[in-house]
Amino acid sequence: MLDADFFRRWMTATAASVDREADRLTALDSPIGDADHGSNLQRGFRAVRAELEKEAPDTPGGVLTLAGRHLISTVGGASGPLYGTLLRRTGKALGDDAEVSEEQFTQALRAGVDGVMKLGGASVGDKTMIDALVPAVEALGDGFAAARAAAEEGAEATTPLQARKGRASYLGERSKGHQDPGATSSALLIAALVAAAEGAEG
Amino acid sequence: MGDGKLVGIVLVSHSAAVAESVAELAKGLAGGGVTVPVAPAGGRPDGGLGTSAELVAAAAASVDRGAGVAVLTDLGSAVLTVKALLAEGDELPKDTRLVDAPFVEGTVAAVVTAATGADLDAVTEAATEAYSYRKA
Repeated sequence: MLDADFFRRWMTATAASVDREADRLTALDSPIGDADHGSNLQRGFRAVRAELEKEAPDTPGGVLTLAGRHLISTVGGASGPLYGTLLRRTGKALGDDAEVSEEQFTQALRAGVDGVMKLGGASVGDKTMIDALVPAVEALGDGFAAARAAAEEGAEATTPLQARKGRASYLGERSKGHQDPGATSSALLIAALVAAAEGAEG
Repeated sequence: MGDGKLVGIVLVSHSAAVAESVAELAKGLAGGGVTVPVAPAGGRPDGGLGTSAELVAAAAASVDRGAGVAVLTDLGSAVLTVKALLAEGDELPKDTRLVDAPFVEGTVAAVVTAATGADLDAVTEAATEAYSYRKA
């Protein structure tokens, strides 16, 4: 079973990972985006970490809903409402239970990913975070490590794709040959599940 | 129509200067008479380019006169932030609506229409209709 502290560790491990990888995310965002993905996510997850230090909700759903709300209000770029919706929808789907099963979490994360797809209008293959998140949810039944591998594979597989959403889509054919920054940060988020399960704070 | 309350207009752009200028332009073109509550919510609180959910929520609260609030946006995170806030349910005034319209032309249409005392549906329709004005 997964308790609120597991989800708090998931968020702090994500914040640490985004801190470590911020320059790489921004570098990926330079040729096809506006070169702010790393710094935007860093600002957002630092705010989430600070908020969870002040006030740690006692349910898994509470932790993710709080994190999602702070991402929407602090990121400043499209990744704010997208990641914010992902975590908030997932949190809402987890309800008020003090502990949730991995199966419940898988169902909830699927609802979160559906929320992101609805908000941004992206499908698999559009060269977005969805290309890492959808395979991750599908693999989650086989454990966090399987989900991490699926997300990383999904992110790498965005390289040859042509972007169909967001600023990168204006580049048309020229968006090919670059790994999508949003899919890359989504893989970091999923990888942080493994760290959280191992008890790491980040 | 009828009770004298005006629809409020919020302008969300990645740039504070763009949001403020479009607000000025629309108010200028609307002419004298009734003053429509229009609030810009551009950029991030630190002055950088981007979208701030807090600025959007504050702007919406500041123009809410009880007749609804029409929100016009430029692109990308401006659109997604407003949609995410509307889905949240409690951060924007009741009857706040994201209007699907071109930012500059739609805002002028919305402000001019709101000045007549039109309701939120009419303001929305006027702004969206601005898409049909071809320039070439």
